[in-house]
Amino acid sequence: MDPILTRNIRPGQPPMTIREYEAAGGYSALRKALKELSPAEARQVVSDSNLRGRGGAGFPTGTKWAGLPPLDRSARPRMAMVNCDEMEPGTFKDRLLVEGDPHQLIEGTLVSAYACELDLGYIFVRAEYVEATRALERALAEAAQAGYIGPNILGSGWSFDLKIHASAGRYICGEENGLINAMEGKRAIPRTKPPYAVMCGAWGKPTVVNNVETLCCVPHIVERGAEWFKGLGKAKDAGTKIYGVSGRVKRPGAFELPIGSTLRELLERAGGMQDGVSFRAALPGGASTMFLDASQMEVPLDYGSLAEIHCFLGTGCAIVLDDRTCPVGMVGNLQQFFARESCGWCTPCRDGLPWIAGIYADLEEGRGKPGDLELLLDLAHHIRGNTFCALALGAVVSIQSSLEKFRADYEEHLRRPGCPWKAGN
Amino acid sequence: MLTDDEKREIEAEVAGSHDRRAACIGALKIIQAHRGWVSDEALRDVAALLEMTPDELEGVATFYSLIFRHPVGQRVLKVCDSVVCWALGGQSLMQHLEQRLGVKAGGTTADGRFTLLPICCLGDCDHAPAMMVNDTLVRNLTPELLDQILTADDGVNK
Repeated sequence: MDPILTRNIRPGQPPMTIREYEAAGGYSALRKALKELSPAEARQVVSDSNLRGRGGAGFPTGTKWAGLPPLDRSARPRMAMVNCDEMEPGTFKDRLLVEGDPHQLIEGTLVSAYACELDLGYIFVRAEYVEATRALERALAEAAQAGYIGPNILGSGWSFDLKIHASAGRYICGEENGLINAMEGKRAIPRTKPPYAVMCGAWGKPTVVNNVETLCCVPHIVERGAEWFKGLGKAKDAGTKIYGVSGRVKRPGAFELPIGSTLRELLERAGGMQDGVSFRAALPGGASTMFLDASQMEVPLDYGSLAEIHCFLGTGCAIVLDDRTCPVGMVGNLQQFFARESCGWCTPCRDGLPWIAGIYADLEEGRGKPGDLELLLDLAHHIRGNTFCALALGAVVSIQSSLEKFRADYEEHLRRPGCPWKAGN
Repeated sequence: MLTDDEKREIEAEVAGSHDRRAACIGALKIIQAHRGWVSDEALRDVAALLEMTPDELEGVATFYSLIFRHPVGQRVLKVCDSVVCWALGGQSLMQHLEQRLGVKAGGTTADGRFTLLPICCLGDCDHAPAMMVNDTLVRNLTPELLDQILTADDGVNK
């Protein structure tokens, strides 16, 4: 497969300037959209392509866009928010796309904004992505200079402004409504849905929030068509995917493969396990997904195929668990993360997650009690589905799936007591 | 009192924002860039400039983990403690830093040179363990590399 989203990325070198990007065919999708397609036609191509949101939830992009109010009955300005708040543990794909080819993201945002008839956009970048922010600042200045951003873009009559918002920490900012609250200068807490952001988002205006990788797909879809994009996928979904592999593998990294590639193929790309360790399981798409074990190596990693086995693709960046790492400790680390990053807005998450993290600390340090494992499952059951946003859902799925797959490891923590991987236990 | 530079930079932030309040996170970061942290006095001054109450701005300032409401050291070490770095030895690196600096995670050394903070996943998991020293990402950490960073003479040690 020829790389698509990563074709311009030159590892170890600065990203393409606008001249280089244009020479490689860049901004031709924007020209095509503005000259040949009405916004409705551009939306239709994306809808027909079966593109699904690459931030983790996999919601169909065309369906999200179709929720916008018609322009003649719409509050203005209509807003684009680019979600570059990549903070899902184990995930480093948007960093690659933004640092490696910022113009592709800008073009994708512009084509999407034209399709959705938007007026103003912000690229929301997490505070720690300093290099990505610099790359975007340079690229935005170049794009504005070239007339791709601003009033009457390429003489089309459509005007659009695009700016950067550098954030100040907190995982919850990546949640759609948390991001909108952060943009408004408020605490990044979620909001009740409906109304959905496309109807009533930032400052009460129609607001489209899309992930970086999702937007990077859009120019290619507009240029080469929905059928071409659908043909790229290997199983149920369309396009390519920036997958990642981290953990004790020989060549950890992010790489572009057809969506629907398997865990076996990902591990092959990562050079296999390091010498002396063996594979036990993987979280296929960041901290908020369920474990896949060695018997699930051939499951296509896409949204539709994983839904069939009640799992999530998440971000597609796989975290590998090896036989030298304690699975209970690993899930305990995830729980500590989620407990700390809970925004505190709703009770099950604010109070439930620290309780869970405390039980994991007890198991680790030999203070586990009979009934703790049942209590974990009970807490997970009552938290799931009873919170404002998906943060707590992401937290509990690894508890449930690790208790299915590693029950013996949990019981060993109770028996010893303490973590068997620690010296002295 | 805010300096003229700080006021000018905050007004530029306001000009690029939807309304005055929307500039508040950027404004707090501007204060921090000048002073290292946000004091009660600075918070009140920024709130007045942005037509917010001090309480509204305090609610924002205390929510975001990278707005510092306490003084921090000249170099803030943000050590990833999320899952991949954890699995690849991040915990022992944090202990190493705590020992070398004589402070616990969250603390600042008595000489004001270093603040040690845990931070969630830096999105550099293919080069784990990782941390940031102020705005600079440092990858593939080892105890030796940490020692080099702590003793590096980059002006901060003087």
